[in-house]
Amino acid sequence: MTTSLSNIDTLLTSMANDIRHQLADKNILLIGIHTGGVWVAKALAELLDDDFFDGALGTLNIAYYRDDFTRIGMHPQVAPSDLPFSIDDRHLLLVDDVLHSGRTVRAALNEIFDYGRPARVSLAVLIERSGRELPIRADIIGQSINLTDDQHIKLSNGDDGLQLELRSNDQ
Amino acid sequence: MTNNQLTENGQLRHFLTIEGLKRPLLTEIMDRAEQFSSIGNRQVKKVPLLRGKTIMNLFFENSTRTRTTFELAAKRLSADVISLNISTSATSKGESLLDTLHNLEAMHTDMFVVRHNQSGAAEFIAQHVAPHVSVINAGDGCHAHPTQAMLDMFTIRRHKQHFPDLRVAIIGDILHSRVARSQIQALSTLGVGEIRVIGPKTLLPADCQTLGVHVYHDLDEGLRDVDVIMTLRLQNERMQGALLPSAREYFQCFGLTEEKLKLAKADAIVLHPGPINRGVEIASTVADGPQSVILEQVTHGIAIRMAVMTMALGSQAEEGVL
Repeated sequence: MTTSLSNIDTLLTSMANDIRHQLADKNILLIGIHTGGVWVAKALAELLDDDFFDGALGTLNIAYYRDDFTRIGMHPQVAPSDLPFSIDDRHLLLVDDVLHSGRTVRAALNEIFDYGRPARVSLAVLIERSGRELPIRADIIGQSINLTDDQHIKLSNGDDGLQLELRSNDQ
Repeated sequence: MTNNQLTENGQLRHFLTIEGLKRPLLTEIMDRAEQFSSIGNRQVKKVPLLRGKTIMNLFFENSTRTRTTFELAAKRLSADVISLNISTSATSKGESLLDTLHNLEAMHTDMFVVRHNQSGAAEFIAQHVAPHVSVINAGDGCHAHPTQAMLDMFTIRRHKQHFPDLRVAIIGDILHSRVARSQIQALSTLGVGEIRVIGPKTLLPADCQTLGVHVYHDLDEGLRDVDVIMTLRLQNERMQGALLPSAREYFQCFGLTEEKLKLAKADAIVLHPGPINRGVEIASTVADGPQSVILEQVTHGIAIRMAVMTMALGSQAEEGVL
């Protein structure tokens, strides 16, 4: 594990290569987790062949599946989930920007199973950082990075495209 | 009334009336309902958001649609919900309202949904519940029915988008209608261009003009060029109070028929909160016709109630706003 961030385009290209090698010919359905995961999923789809993924991009909003409603209340509003396909017996590639505690992925898996019964779910993340609280690991990883508890990674999508930023609480 | 339905930071704690609420909050309710509405189309029509919460539907007055959609809304959010028909239980044995309430509260209830024939009942209950309990008004006397008004606004927005461009007519018994009162407050808060009320003099409040609405006693005039027609149920008990001659005569003057509907804009939509009195306030051909959105209103009622329930219970979160 490193402690500084690599160039985002390099990370996306390397993830796309891994996906091409590991998941070719499997008729994969692509699902991004709002909001950062959807951006990463779109970027990956653009780097791969047009017909690599089967059908449109699915999006998940896990706000209704979080485990902290009683503690912090309603999530800010984001677009609702949209899975424009049947997931039954299919191989899904779930995409998120940062894998940290694992709670977001836990919530996303719960939501996915309310739509049907997939054959298999693989997980792709741009950044895998230290701090896991659940037994969840990614299959496709852009970069693994060691961070302290007060450090955070923020993915933004502005005029210059996707940007990764490392922040500390004391800044 | 004062806005004791909001928390210190302006979030919904109770939902008792539209009065006093600002436009961004009404918009937030509709936006959140929009997100919840897709859950009804899924294989598993349920999300775990309110798992472990206990909701009591206290219906001191009959209801089918409102009670069922509140129940379904709670169930789709995974809350435990119990519907009590109070008129036939505890109070008939002589227990006071507050005693009933405190007993139900002792069962660790998180939310009361209240319908009562007395105006102000929901607010009275809200004043007496423990600090962690939320109260939603499901209709109180002639006072307010805020979730009905919000599902009506949501239905209008689905079809018409921009409120300021709209001309909306409400027809019928405005005087006794908690639905109309909440509708007028919601329409004006959302900045609707023109609100008209149409009805016989005996069924319009004397202070109608102060509500910021245009008053019509003639249906033909009132319907001309409107975008939205909101019909109301004519409550049969009004007939006995000598406010109206007969249902037949009412239909002749104020019933919405296909012929009358033609006076409105060609793409006008027709709403009704239900239950419908066919051939009294609305003709069957209109109620079942292509411009009717009456059944859509019922569907939207679930999403609106899911939105309001989560907003109220979410504002009680331990750590405050995210």
